[in-house]
Amino acid sequence: MRAPSSELPIEFDRVTVTAGGITILDDVALTLAPGPPTVLIGPNGSGKSTMLRLAMGLLAPSRGRITWGGLEHVPPLKRAIVFQRPAMLRRSASANLRFALRAADIPRAEHARRVAELLELVGLHALADRAARRLSGGEQQRLALARALARDPAVLFLDEPTASLDPIATKAVEDIIRTVSERNIKVVMATHDLGEARRLAGEIVMLHRGRIVETSAAASFFDAPQTAEARAFLAGELLI
Amino acid sequence: MPDGPSALQLVLSGDPALFAIVRLSLYVSLSAVALAALIGIPLGAWIALTRFPGRQGVIVLLNALMGLPPVVVGLAVYLALSRSGLLGAFGLLFTPSAMIVAQTVLVAPIIAALTRQTIEDLWLEYRDELTAMNLGPLGRVMALIWDARFSLVTALLAGFGRAAAEVGAIIIVGGNIEGFTRTMTTAIALETSKGDLPLAIGLGLVLISIVIAVNALAWSVRRAGERLAG
Repeated sequence: MRAPSSELPIEFDRVTVTAGGITILDDVALTLAPGPPTVLIGPNGSGKSTMLRLAMGLLAPSRGRITWGGLEHVPPLKRAIVFQRPAMLRRSASANLRFALRAADIPRAEHARRVAELLELVGLHALADRAARRLSGGEQQRLALARALARDPAVLFLDEPTASLDPIATKAVEDIIRTVSERNIKVVMATHDLGEARRLAGEIVMLHRGRIVETSAAASFFDAPQTAEARAFLAGELLI
Repeated sequence: MPDGPSALQLVLSGDPALFAIVRLSLYVSLSAVALAALIGIPLGAWIALTRFPGRQGVIVLLNALMGLPPVVVGLAVYLALSRSGLLGAFGLLFTPSAMIVAQTVLVAPIIAALTRQTIEDLWLEYRDELTAMNLGPLGRVMALIWDARFSLVTALLAGFGRAAAEVGAIIIVGGNIEGFTRTMTTAIALETSKGDLPLAIGLGLVLISIVIAVNALAWSVRRAGERLAG
C-alpha cells in the first residue's frame, strides 16, 4: 500500500467499539480535517479517549472502519498523541526527546538542534538534563508535548492534557497548543473542561454515552447548542 | 582446634593459597552471572512481551526453577559433561569451566524470572507510549531493558548471591581439586570436615565481605543512577 501524502483527513465510518459486552462507541461517523483544533467534549465515560485511540490507530473498531488520507491501516508516521498521564522514560528530559527522534527515524545529525528547538518551544531548556520523572506534573505534560512533536506530526491528539494541572501550568500547556495549531498541525483534543474548550476549540464534537450528539463550529456550539444534551452540559447539569 | 594462624591472621597476611581460592571463586561466580545474564535477560524480556500458548505454564516453571537444588544441577551437569555424556567430548569435567556451566544453569532462571517480572511491569507503564511511537519489537525490548537497568541490577545481585553461596553443584562437577577447582565454599566444606576451622572461618569472613561489598557497590550505582535518570 502506498503511504498517503498526509494522514488527514481521518474519517470514522460508522465506527462501533465494544468491550466485554459493553458498547463504548456506537455507530460514530466523523471527519477530522485540517484546520483549527477539534475539541471532543462530554462527560467521563462518553467515549472521548476511545475516539482519540482509534484515530491514533492504537485501537481497532469492532465494527465500521477508519481511514487516514483515504487509506486503511496507515502506520502512525505523522500522528502523535499525548496521554492524560504520559509515561516518562527513566532518562533525562533531553534523552526522552532524543529517544522520540530516534523512534521517528530522524537523522542523528539533526538531534541536537531539534532537541534544543523542542525544549525552547515548551520552555524546558533549563531543565534539559533533569530526570524526566523528577519534573513537576505540568513540566512532564509539556515534555510529553515536546516528545509528541518530535515526530513532526500532521495531527496531534491530546487526551485531557491539562487535567489535574494548576492554572499556571494549564496556561503554559494551552499556549503551546495554540502555537502548535498555528504551525498548521491539526490538534484533536479531549476535555471535559468547558472553559478550556471555549479557549481553544475551532470545532466542537460532543459525545454522550458513546454517541456523537452534536458537531459544530465552536462559536455556534457555545452560542446556540442544537441538542438537549449539549444545552444541559453547557448549563452545568449532570449528564448521566 | 589445631595449632596455626588464626582466621584473621590468614586474611590479613594475604595468604597466597587463600587468595588463589578467592580469585577462582570470583572468576567462576562472576563468569556464571555474566553468562546467565546473557541468557536470562533476553529470555525474560521475550517472555514478558510475547503471548503464546502455555505462557502461564512457562512462567510458573521459570519461577520454580529459581529454587533448583544445586546438587541436582551438579548431578545433571556431571552426567552431561562426563565422558559418555552429551557434552563429554569437550573434556570439561573437573575444570573451572564445568563449575561455570553448573552455576550458569542455577543462576539463569533467577535472572530470567526476575527480568520477566520487571520488564512486564514496565511494559504496562510504557505500552501506550512505545506503541504510539511506532517502535518495532527490538526497539521496544532495548528501551525496556535500558529503562529497567537499575531494577535488573537487583536480579544480577540475586544471581551473584546464589552463585557465590553455592557449594553442592560445583563440588560435584569441579571435584574440589586443590589449586585448580577449589573455591571458597568447597574449601570451607572441606576444611570444616578436616577440623581446620581457622581457614574455614577466614574464607567465610572473606566470602561474606565480598558479598556485602558487591551489594554495597551495586546499591550505590543504583542510587546514583536513579538520581540521574529518575
